[in-house]
Amino acid sequence: MSTVLDNLVNQPYRHGFVTDIEADTAPRGLSEDTIRFISAKKNEPEWLLEFRLKAYRHWLTMPEPKWPNVKYPKIDFQNIIYFSAPKPKKLASMDEVDPELLRTFEKLGVPMNERAALAGVAVDVIFDSVSVATTYKEKLKAVGIIFCSISEAVRDHPELVRKYIGSVVPAGDNFYAALNSAVFTDGSFCYIPRGVKCPMELSTYFRINTQESGQFERTLIVAEGGASVSYLEGCTAPKFDTNQLHAAVVELVALDNARIKYSTVQNWYAGDENGRGGIYNFVTKRGLCRGVNSHISWTQVETGSAITWKYPSCVLLGDNSVGEFYSVALTNHMQQADTGTKMIHIGRNTRSTIISKGISAGRSNNSYRGLVKIGPKADGARNYSQCDSMLIGSRCGANTFPYIQVHNDTAKVEHEASTSKIGEDQLFYFQSRGIGTEEAVSMIINGFCKDVFQQLPMEFAVEATKLLGLKLEGSVG
Amino acid sequence: MIDKDAKFLLEVRGLSATVAGVEILKGIDLTVRAGEIHAIMGPNGSGKSTFAKALAGHPAYTVTSGEVRYQGRDLFSMAAEERARAGLFLGFQYPVEIPGVSNSSFLRLAYNTVQGARGKDELDPLEFDDYIKEKMRLLEIPPGFIDRSVNDGFSGGEKKRNEILQMAILEPRLAILDETDSGLDIDALRVVANGVNHLLTPENACVLVTHYQRLLNYIVPDYVHVMEGGRIIKTGDKALALVLESRGYDWVIDEHRAKGEEAATA
Repeated sequence: MSTVLDNLVNQPYRHGFVTDIEADTAPRGLSEDTIRFISAKKNEPEWLLEFRLKAYRHWLTMPEPKWPNVKYPKIDFQNIIYFSAPKPKKLASMDEVDPELLRTFEKLGVPMNERAALAGVAVDVIFDSVSVATTYKEKLKAVGIIFCSISEAVRDHPELVRKYIGSVVPAGDNFYAALNSAVFTDGSFCYIPRGVKCPMELSTYFRINTQESGQFERTLIVAEGGASVSYLEGCTAPKFDTNQLHAAVVELVALDNARIKYSTVQNWYAGDENGRGGIYNFVTKRGLCRGVNSHISWTQVETGSAITWKYPSCVLLGDNSVGEFYSVALTNHMQQADTGTKMIHIGRNTRSTIISKGISAGRSNNSYRGLVKIGPKADGARNYSQCDSMLIGSRCGANTFPYIQVHNDTAKVEHEASTSKIGEDQLFYFQSRGIGTEEAVSMIINGFCKDVFQQLPMEFAVEATKLLGLKLEGSVG
Repeated sequence: MIDKDAKFLLEVRGLSATVAGVEILKGIDLTVRAGEIHAIMGPNGSGKSTFAKALAGHPAYTVTSGEVRYQGRDLFSMAAEERARAGLFLGFQYPVEIPGVSNSSFLRLAYNTVQGARGKDELDPLEFDDYIKEKMRLLEIPPGFIDRSVNDGFSGGEKKRNEILQMAILEPRLAILDETDSGLDIDALRVVANGVNHLLTPENACVLVTHYQRLLNYIVPDYVHVMEGGRIIKTGDKALALVLESRGYDWVIDEHRAKGEEAATA
């Protein structure tokens, strides 16, 4: 059966090309001088430089985490370029955006200008660390929503950034979060004032461009009391031979009765069939349900990166707050993923749901790692977890590492897990009804992922369905 | 219905096949003309299911010798899905479960694929809904059936009904039903038989692989074949099924052996 399966999975990466834009680049390597260079380049206030330096000094004392179920050569942190940006330009409209950049988006199938207008989506484009264009800002401004790059937020709303940055993921939280806190270059900032429902989906397309430039995004989303927002993050990257490190930090803060929905479709270059190249994606994403009845929902479709190390989590501090994690992680060839979530129940009657679907093909390895922790004061807390794995072919691996810590005897925690395999009998069943193997696999996979896709905004769901089909082309047979 | 002038749908000549290196089929000959109903009976392990799956193109079975022509074409040059698109249908003894894929979308994709191959128009979801409702009414299948995942959590009887529903929808030229009757209660058996009888026209044919005579009370075969040791060792008419029911298979096997010894000593 492997030939058809193999052909399906072995589709070359379609987004592999490099855009040539003159970069203003920091010297290779990391030191306090590099950090001062970044901070100076960005005209940052003193407190932020202090934040960075403190994080850096802490990072120097930390060991690289060894517990994930992934293998990779040692990263030389002195061989990374920590800052590169297109030449600064003042852009009043989309017409002034570098045509080269626009062509890149065209190739990616993201005609930003049309897409943003047609879909009613405001796109804050991150292109090699600096925001190039922000659309729909005026419309959002009318309802008091701030949606801009984090650099602009530091300049225009320093009190908000200072109040919330590092409040969910402290600078010294973990090795990669500390590194990010020291050297982050740009990212998105979103602030929804009290009682405002964001009138459109907010979306960011990320793209890593300059070869060997580490990309350290910092995203901060704050929903004040009764506010709600749905945020979309989509990623693609060009093809390179040397590995690119990506260590982002995303912080979400939901106050009383606020609701944040964060959706990701990730399709970074995963390396070639033999595991050469590809992105190392070591990301810290965490949401804090600070207020009562607050609600944070993570939905992710992870299909790219050579290595994924990522646990979007919820800290359920407010009473009756709700955390959700819906995930599809697909690995193929030599990809390795160690991903999952943490649900930390602190407040009373807090609830969390975890639905994880792992799909492994080729020689890849896919691990779910999740923590459900019920604190001593979390009376009546409830969690439901479901972790399903699907194997395609016989050379891949799937693991589930659920950690459950319950310190309150009124809590109720449920965990279900299953492993299935797309076998020749299932495929033959489709074939015997006239349906070819590629369509069969796509139908089985979409059925398997249905519970997660239903959580995605509609356009994203369509994209995700196509993406999985594309990623698995050639893998079944 | 036997019509000696009818077109050949299936011509099997000296078919041998192995599974995991073990020879299961050892030279099968069988001719099926349009309009005919054939029953293949025989003890467990005689190769009946292997024969059915090998014809449909299951990848676990390797054809080692012999030839099969389906509507004049070399069957083994066609991929499994091409055979299905050309009107060959296998009703499974153990239909697989496909969680998460709704029966209606599965059936519609199958129908539209086969229709496309026949150069006919595909149906959109609403048109297909009308089409399938009519078929379901004929087969006494409750409406909620198609909203469930394919065979997922179905009882044995429901799975078999689903096979017959698929057959009714795809309208095959040649239906091979692998022990579709086993595990069915008498009402379900009647429904399944109705489905098969409904399908039959002078252009179509059906091969029933079965353990028991009782299905043949509802679907009257033109030929009854006895399979043993990977060969068809006896062929008769519907009366043979009744004899097999009362006397078992041993006498046929003994008779076949005796003939073989005669031939060897002659």
